[in-house]
Amino acid sequence: MARRKTRKQTIVDLAVLAPLDWVDERTGAVRGTKWFLLRNVPRDISWAQTLGFGTLIAFAVQTLTGAILAMYYKPASEIDPTTGKPLAYASIEHITNDLTLGWLVRGMHRWGASVFVILLFMHMGRVFLFGAYKYPRELLWITGVLILAMGMLMGFTGYLLPWDQTAYWATVVGINLNGTAPFAGPWLSQFLAGGAEIGSDTLAKWYALHMLLIPGALIALIGIHLYLVARLGITSPPWSDEAAGRERPVRKPTGARAGLVRPGSGKK
Amino acid sequence: MSTNGPDTPHVPGPSLWPIGFAIGVACLLLGLVISWVVAAIGAVLAVAFGILWALDVTRDVRGHVPAIAPESRAAAAFEPDAPEEPLPAYTRSRFLEASLIGLSAGMGAVLTLPVLGFMVLPSFTNLDEEEIDLGPLDNFPEGEYVIATYLSKPEQGEVSRRTAFVRNNGSSEAGEPSFTILYSRCVHLGCPVQPNGPIDEDSIKKIKNVELRPVLAQSFGCPCHGGQYNSEGNRTAGPPVRSLDRYSFSIRNGNLILGELYAVGTVSGTGANATISRYPWSVPGTHVDGLESWLYPIVPSQVTG
Repeated sequence: MARRKTRKQTIVDLAVLAPLDWVDERTGAVRGTKWFLLRNVPRDISWAQTLGFGTLIAFAVQTLTGAILAMYYKPASEIDPTTGKPLAYASIEHITNDLTLGWLVRGMHRWGASVFVILLFMHMGRVFLFGAYKYPRELLWITGVLILAMGMLMGFTGYLLPWDQTAYWATVVGINLNGTAPFAGPWLSQFLAGGAEIGSDTLAKWYALHMLLIPGALIALIGIHLYLVARLGITSPPWSDEAAGRERPVRKPTGARAGLVRPGSGKK
Repeated sequence: MSTNGPDTPHVPGPSLWPIGFAIGVACLLLGLVISWVVAAIGAVLAVAFGILWALDVTRDVRGHVPAIAPESRAAAAFEPDAPEEPLPAYTRSRFLEASLIGLSAGMGAVLTLPVLGFMVLPSFTNLDEEEIDLGPLDNFPEGEYVIATYLSKPEQGEVSRRTAFVRNNGSSEAGEPSFTILYSRCVHLGCPVQPNGPIDEDSIKKIKNVELRPVLAQSFGCPCHGGQYNSEGNRTAGPPVRSLDRYSFSIRNGNLILGELYAVGTVSGTGANATISRYPWSVPGTHVDGLESWLYPIVPSQVTG
């Protein structure tokens, strides 16, 4: 029965499939990628379900442009004696006016921040209106809300970095807005300002929050969010008759708990 | 509890108790502003209805313990009649498990707590600012405001530049020198308050890091959200929640020395005869007197001094 392979099939086997098999046997990466990407989706999905991926792309653009802007930006409030301007502001001017294509990358990062937040809200609205937050996707909604909060914090911390009058006073107002929260507010604002008021360490602190701490949390949350999307599948629209997602095995909720608790130790 | 397939989600039945719970929480929050009696009633309502709610939604599962066969290493019951030995309460494997978890948690705490402390504590410690010397008293004509800007921490540079409005009130009834020294930080949300009048740039005096500019103004306004203050720093319009912060001051060798900042509830009277309700300094936008001040029971300046 075995027909001889054509020359083309042999080449594909040797050049592509055999190396992939070699990798997959040792890592499971190919199976994992297929599990993640090659999923069944409901027949009647539309462009509305692409907003989440759009948000992801906007975040990827922010990550890339931000990492490259960090190669030229200086988070220091000291006055540069030659220009008479603070180092941070002078480096922003340098990026925008002097460096080749700097204006473009800074513009992408600056406007991309708004695009990211707008897409976040549109994605959230789609999920809400389609009822896609319901069982079994409650934790998708919750991680999404945390991603939204982190996105807002990114916008808040990034706004200070140009260190111009708008940035400085908008951040003063933002810090003091946080300070009016009951009980913990004054403590929170003093932590954010790095003292009673903005000082020489504040800019570097906000830079570290903006490009290390919050993005780390954001990437972790996006990872969980995407894993849950792949595991649970995309919801059918509310008007659909199609069943959504992968078939899940019928399982009692106690199944996952079995073996976690040691029964009967110490008593009869 | 029998099947939980994709089409029969496990959800508790509807319950009316959350309505009472919500009313209780609303009463509690309202009570924080109005009166502790309302807050106490709200708390009781919230707890009572919360318990009823929890009892209601857990009715199906309470007392229903899933049957899990106990693990056993015995291959079969060879001696069914032998008396069963009580299992040891704390086996070797459980001890090792617990000590591994405990040791790891301890090591993790040793590593992370100092790091977290370094992140948080510098914002609250060693914040003492030096006293600022504004120069001889002759620079402050009686009854007029002078804008004084200075570097609160010269080693930090221009980022630490602060502005004070200084008015010499002459002598008080007790014969002591009196100054009204307002801090330019708006007590709404911290923008820089400006004097409502022309600044005499020609009479500017520079003494080291201090610049003094006389100004023809007896009121102040904030450019951000329109807060207005009168000559004593009391709010006359707009959103500020208290009067402008003030500096304590001292006079040394004929020079005016700025001391620490303090928050002001209101000022009655004017100039040397003013009565000032003084409080520990707090963040702009926080109330220092009245019922709303209960929302800020402990502010950082009370702890760090």
